[in-house]
Amino acid sequence: MSISQEDVEKVALLARLAIAPSDLPEVTERFGRVLQLVNELNTIDTEGVAPMSNPHDMVQRLRPDVVTGGDEREALMASAPQQDRGYFLVPKVID
Amino acid sequence: MTWETMMGLEVHLQLATESKIFSGSSTQFGAPPNVQADAVDLGMPGMLPVLNEEAVRFAVKFGLGIGARIGRRSIFDRKNYFYPDLPKGYQISQFFSPIVCEGVFEVPMEDGSLLPIRITRAHLEEDAGKSVHDIFNQESGIDLNRAGTPLLEIVTEPDFRSAEQAVAYLKALHSLVTYLGISDGNMAEGSMRCDINISLRRTGSDVLGTRTEIKNVNSFRFVERAIHSEVERQSDILDSGGSITQETRLYDAERDETRSMRSKEVANDYRYFPEPDLLPIEIDEAYIDAVRASLPELPAAKRTRFVSEYELSDYDAALLVPDHATAAFFEEVVSLGGAAKPAANWILGDLSGALNRADLTIESSPVSAEALAGLIGRIEDGTLSSKLAKQVFDGLWQGEGATDEIIAKRGLKQVSDTGALAQLVDDVIAANPDQVAQYLAADEAKQKKLSGFFVGQIMKASQGQANPKLLNELLIKKLNDQS
Repeated sequence: MSISQEDVEKVALLARLAIAPSDLPEVTERFGRVLQLVNELNTIDTEGVAPMSNPHDMVQRLRPDVVTGGDEREALMASAPQQDRGYFLVPKVID
Repeated sequence: MTWETMMGLEVHLQLATESKIFSGSSTQFGAPPNVQADAVDLGMPGMLPVLNEEAVRFAVKFGLGIGARIGRRSIFDRKNYFYPDLPKGYQISQFFSPIVCEGVFEVPMEDGSLLPIRITRAHLEEDAGKSVHDIFNQESGIDLNRAGTPLLEIVTEPDFRSAEQAVAYLKALHSLVTYLGISDGNMAEGSMRCDINISLRRTGSDVLGTRTEIKNVNSFRFVERAIHSEVERQSDILDSGGSITQETRLYDAERDETRSMRSKEVANDYRYFPEPDLLPIEIDEAYIDAVRASLPELPAAKRTRFVSEYELSDYDAALLVPDHATAAFFEEVVSLGGAAKPAANWILGDLSGALNRADLTIESSPVSAEALAGLIGRIEDGTLSSKLAKQVFDGLWQGEGATDEIIAKRGLKQVSDTGALAQLVDDVIAANPDQVAQYLAADEAKQKKLSGFFVGQIMKASQGQANPKLLNELLIKKLNDQS
């Protein structure tokens, strides 16, 4: 299975990865090889096998609806590069 | 060219749990920024989500409430996108196997008919945080208190043909979820947010047109206006031979128009895949039966019962039922002895008018159900005319005590004593010989009109306390005796 440079650029954009134009041919080539490897799984006959959503053969345990957390703002904000008046600050985003 | 509007709605409903869907943080609205966001909500490395059992129960309640199929094995998926108020870079949602599957919700319309709306699915997911753009100059502020609040996203088929239908659906949905107690339904605080998918097609055609999606409309009124403005925009484009671009739009209430959300122009590609940090949820028959047994009486059933049990008109029942507290207030008044029809009239008339003016809900009504039942009792037994009753109601509202106290204090007892009334009638007749002569000379139709003068005079003389029915009988008799 091969992948085009445009596909790689699109995936990179979705993943917010910056790939230098000069690196694109090599990344595309290596990406394609990974896909080829994964593609071999398609040769396995999965007829009648239910899709697996999780490798553990268990069901979800639930927790009671109780508030256990308190105000941890100061500690959790300590590593934020920018903050003001209790808000995390990020570059301006406008819709 | 005439166009038919095709619409489907997606409602994001905040579930009224105490804690978040995957963490133990509080979901309370209105706290200072970021004091209700823990390491899980912030998407710190190594944190694992643990599912809230109440969120699951609420979702199942909703499914049973609309008679939908419950997904016996439902699975969480990651919906991947980047936005600053989504710290993990993905939202935990359900894509492939939702907890609530197909169902039909019957929406009561104003004309008394039921509009069946097909529900495609309803799934559990976490809410994102909030971005604040107007406090800071160069940056946006991020508040993650809302991140991780449980949402139920309810998706319909494109079954709506008009704004009126869409609004009726939202109102019925609001009523249902508040009855179920799974959400406070507070639209102003964002507990119920609506996305509208709209496309137009040629009337009679069965080919769907290209659709646009209007995001996050948060009031019934705005839903109606957003739909009108978007339908007009699309039909203008189509009429002039243009084509619709599939895109996400925002409704700007100030300008009453929808506009394109440029930041979402990159085609949405969410790359859903199963959430490896959560295991499948399995729901068995016993669980479903237990939840079903806990369901309260729902609006549709209550409306039918109000008509049969209290002999209310369907119109009155339709007005009393949607708000759970109003329906409960009505039943309390009746259980305390208030007659049903007058109780409905007082609640839907004077009481709701006064509550609206004072911006109060019925839960905090200054006039209790007991007080209203007392007032109705005094109307039924003839102590109060409807006019005097309004004065007593005012006294109840002002907190002047119970009905009988107010009657005594304000001296409002209706004069039903025939002797006392007869005296008043005689006095007024004696004082107005010209009007009496005029009355006697008139034909029957005109007499009716002229008698109003005497009624007015007598009412005035009795300070509004004459029993109007008795008064009328006496007056006509005595006037005719003059001839």
